[in-house]
Amino acid sequence: MTTHVYPIDHIDTDRIIPGKYTKTLDLSQLAAHVLEDLDADFAKNVQAGDVLVAGGNFGCGSSREQAPIALKAAGVSVVVAEYFARIFFRNAINIGLPAVEIGKHDILPGHAVQVDLQASTVKNHTTGRTYTATKMPTVMLKILQAGGLVAYLREHGQYPTE
Amino acid sequence: MSGQTLSEKIISQHCGYAVQAGELAIVPIDGAMATDATAPFAIRAFRQLADAPRLWDAQKVSLILDHATPAPNERVANLHRLLRDFSAEQGCHFYDVGEGICHQLMVEFAHVKPGDIFLGADSHTPTYGALGAFAVGVGSTDLAAAWLTGKTWLKVPTSVKVEITGTLSRGVSAKDVALQVVGRLGIAGATYETVEFCGSALHDWTLASRMVLANMVAEMGAKAGLVDVTGLQLPYAWTPLHADPSAQYRATHSVDISHLRPQIARPHTPDDVAPIDELLGTPIHMAFIGSCTNARLEDLQVAAQILRGKHIAPGVRLLIAPASRRVFNAALLDGTIAALSEAGATFLVSGCGPCVGSLGGIPGDHETIISSTNRNFRGRMGNPHAHIYLASPAVVATAALAGEIANVEA
Ligand code: SF4
Repeated sequence: MTTHVYPIDHIDTDRIIPGKYTKTLDLSQLAAHVLEDLDADFAKNVQAGDVLVAGGNFGCGSSREQAPIALKAAGVSVVVAEYFARIFFRNAINIGLPAVEIGKHDILPGHAVQVDLQASTVKNHTTGRTYTATKMPTVMLKILQAGGLVAYLREHGQYPTE
Repeated sequence: MSGQTLSEKIISQHCGYAVQAGELAIVPIDGAMATDATAPFAIRAFRQLADAPRLWDAQKVSLILDHATPAPNERVANLHRLLRDFSAEQGCHFYDVGEGICHQLMVEFAHVKPGDIFLGADSHTPTYGALGAFAVGVGSTDLAAAWLTGKTWLKVPTSVKVEITGTLSRGVSAKDVALQVVGRLGIAGATYETVEFCGSALHDWTLASRMVLANMVAEMGAKAGLVDVTGLQLPYAWTPLHADPSAQYRATHSVDISHLRPQIARPHTPDDVAPIDELLGTPIHMAFIGSCTNARLEDLQVAAQILRGKHIAPGVRLLIAPASRRVFNAALLDGTIAALSEAGATFLVSGCGPCVGSLGGIPGDHETIISSTNRNFRGRMGNPHAHIYLASPAVVATAALAGEIANVEA
């Protein structure tokens, strides 16, 4: 498991997956170009179970669900950010990609990071600091626990209430 | 209890009880739309949601081909087929290649009305706040769930009030006001919130100009934008709703536009905004008038006024994609298209095209583009090595004429 850290703010959906690649239902195509304008080697290096860490407002810009889908298809198991842009946040949870908001953090490339989804914590072993994730609205938590919105609605027939 | 913001009021009406910012609500929606960029994944999710699913109300659902039109390759052509077939199967509204940009069509064909709650699988859905609708951009799976249930869940947003006063100078337009506000509030300045615009300056604004303002709330991370409907003219009967005077806002800004200069967003973020004076003389290679922000009749007319009887600079290409077929037809009839074409403009299909880099007008490496669109993120127009400046149609047309960023003659 590798942690990929891009400690910058406002990584927009055009950088997560450029619009020119989004016109497909082929997940391997999305995975092949994920984050390419930010880091041309990311798609090559990423492996199943990896963690992505970013600064604030991650996923701003377009509503394209292809952004979290591309990350998930490439193998990213959880995205950690100071905070997420609104539509990206909902989309990630809706497709069952955990998105963890931890506020301002000191995580840098090369740091050893451990995410505990059960305990809602992110530990930076390099600096020794532990971050507690911002509490998600219950409705999102229930959707995430079900594995996404499709799975939730199939099972319950209606949206979760608090 | 204090009064309600317009967002709280519209959501309360849909819930049947009074809600306040911060509360979670499950609301019935009045309409939903998706495009060739977002509908394929929505259709896929929809088919997984239930066995042989049906739209909750086919008359309230629209599908639009606008993001990559006409199909540039067989892969996209097959996605277009998927949307055509799905629309026929479900009996919903369908707008084929060349009809126009989704947001323009939703307003032109009155699929969205004041006081509605509307979901669009596109981040510029808040554009319909121009006519007082609470319109929110969502992803494909959220949209699929709404197609099935006719409802969505949302957190009632806090609102930021932006009061606009004064009178615009000649050569300055709604886009300059929008850029000024985006520059001031920043790209995350209204994340998860509604930006509610009001103020005497807006009372005589056209619907088209109001749409520019509501459109660009997406560039501040907002969930919705609402423009107070005072003075708004619509071709059908409707009941105006306003925020209560005692409504609570998270923040209030006032913008006096009397002395506003044309504004330009520099590469590579829409909130890096400067007055034109700081950028005069910047050479440009391509100029684009298009998108859901600025490609309506009034925008094309402004460009024609500047370019009529003249010709764009050598070495510059000017591309224009009218917002819809209706806009194109109106501009044909009044001579606007002829004036622009004679001046050297190239017309593209009514749709998104260059705005999102899906086809047509992809810039070359290290080229500079001036564009009437809403986003200039790196790679937005299909090439990460190009530099995109955002401006009003008047500034774009003037730059095409001069070959560089130049003052708009008032
Ligand atoms: S014109 Fe541009 S911003 Fe508007 S919907 Fe199309 S791609 Fe999005």
